[in-house]
Amino acid sequence: MTYLSDTFALAGRLIKHNLRSVDTIITVVLMPIMMLLLMVYLFGSAMKIEGFSHADYVNYVLPGILLMTIATGSAYTALRIFTDKTSGMFDRFKSLLISKSAVMNGQAVASVIFLMISTLIVPAVGFLVGFRSDATLGEWALVILLLFGAALAITWITAPFALMMSSIDGASAFSYIILLFLFISSAFVPAAGMPKLIRGFAENQPMTHIIQAVRSLMNSQPIGDHGWIAAAWIIGITIVFAFLSSWMAKRV
Amino acid sequence: MRYVGLTTIGGNHITTIINVQNIQKSFKKQTVLKDVSLSVTEGTVYALLGANGSGKTTLLKIITGLLKQDAGITSIKNWDANKNARAMQQLFSYSAQASTVDDILTGFENLVLIAKLRHIQNPKQVANDLLTEFKLTDAANKRAAAYSGGMRRRLDLAMSLVGNPEIVFLDEPTTGLDPASRNDLWDSIRKLKKAGKTIFLTTQYLKEADLLADEIGFLRDGEIVETGTPAQMKRLAGPDKLQLSFKTETEQLQAASHLSGFDLQTVNDVTLTVKLPDTVQTVMTILTILQGAEIKPDSFQVTSPTLDDVFMQLTKGA
Repeated sequence: MTYLSDTFALAGRLIKHNLRSVDTIITVVLMPIMMLLLMVYLFGSAMKIEGFSHADYVNYVLPGILLMTIATGSAYTALRIFTDKTSGMFDRFKSLLISKSAVMNGQAVASVIFLMISTLIVPAVGFLVGFRSDATLGEWALVILLLFGAALAITWITAPFALMMSSIDGASAFSYIILLFLFISSAFVPAAGMPKLIRGFAENQPMTHIIQAVRSLMNSQPIGDHGWIAAAWIIGITIVFAFLSSWMAKRV
Repeated sequence: MRYVGLTTIGGNHITTIINVQNIQKSFKKQTVLKDVSLSVTEGTVYALLGANGSGKTTLLKIITGLLKQDAGITSIKNWDANKNARAMQQLFSYSAQASTVDDILTGFENLVLIAKLRHIQNPKQVANDLLTEFKLTDAANKRAAAYSGGMRRRLDLAMSLVGNPEIVFLDEPTTGLDPASRNDLWDSIRKLKKAGKTIFLTTQYLKEADLLADEIGFLRDGEIVETGTPAQMKRLAGPDKLQLSFKTETEQLQAASHLSGFDLQTVNDVTLTVKLPDTVQTVMTILTILQGAEIKPDSFQVTSPTLDDVFMQLTKGA
């Protein structure tokens, strides 16, 4: 019980950080909304995607924008971890009689909660610009579960880099690598149209499987193998990087 | 494993609360602590003095279990840190070199957070009591980022006292504070000592060690090179000195010739200093000699060595 109360006390602190930081809110919430509007109104009419009309491009691109929200938010996760490491807050917490893993788990809980809140705002804006879904309640539940998993995996994959880096710029720069994965995926255009070498990478990397699974569920279409492959990536990344983060956090 | 740490001197029980034996620590190829041993008596203030980069923070982190040593043993209240780190953590609080307060949270929220992490029954009540004790009630609901340096340090110290720990570790607690804030913090540390707490602090401020510490350890080149009370440490820098100033150079030269049997030093054309092996007796003798020779000093002053002198002497070879 004390383990949970320690984790939630530490997470509560970081949620306050996120909610009190105008910069975080603007970047994490407003930027993906701007990207959504940009994609739909600027590029949407030029996009020819099989199975989606010009007007339906918002239905195609929305899952990618949701992942972009998570990737952008992960920069702030890295920032908070790095700041705690260098400011002495980690030392203060570690000198207390609390579960040592609660320190990093508090970071993860706060990050996932904040990323999920900001992620759920995007479909609301999408609805205003024409996003429509035939998905059942069960399919929506799976979408939320997949996004939750993606937020958890991206949070944990970010943590070791934030702990390892020696500058604040280096710590938050990792989110650009995640964004790069997003651009070389089926987030904005189908991977099928990409050059052969890039296509091979795009079709097999985790972002594509998560996006394809979310897109299929939102549009009430069969998800094929994307669902279990996405789940396997999420579980694998979470386990490996959560252990790595906890191990590293005890040594910084 | 628990060690026996009770000594009896003159009928008084002196309990060693912190015991450090033969600590060694290196980072890659750089040896920071060669062989450090020290002990701290319960209810006292121990000041660890040393130049920048001498390893003070490293030693503090090892004692508090935040860093693993390469060799040696540390114990707090007889608990072996390697085997009973968690039991030990109930006994102390640690405040890092920079004020480790959360800038985004208010003073009140900072205290409540630590109270929750110390699993205290009524965190809000504890926070309010400490805000009152450290004169921070008016700023309780302001973010710590808006606090002055002195207020931040007071909040930091208040956070260290949540849960009423027996030992308080303070890493350079007054670094960067203005003189008034420094005095305020020194008062708070004195109050803690009065309340029976054991305080282990690192500092570069010799005056701080002089005013607060019962015992000083001087860390140089990874070893404790001197240890003792402030008075004992000051004696290392030599005896008191009498400084005599005259109106003219002629008077100074005449005085020097009459006092040739003493250990003299010429400061400038009109000033001499005399080392005083026995302060009162020697001063009286010197003044009597000068009076007999009808030489009247313009002014005279007895100066005692300061920890600055000790610091300079001990760092000379570093």
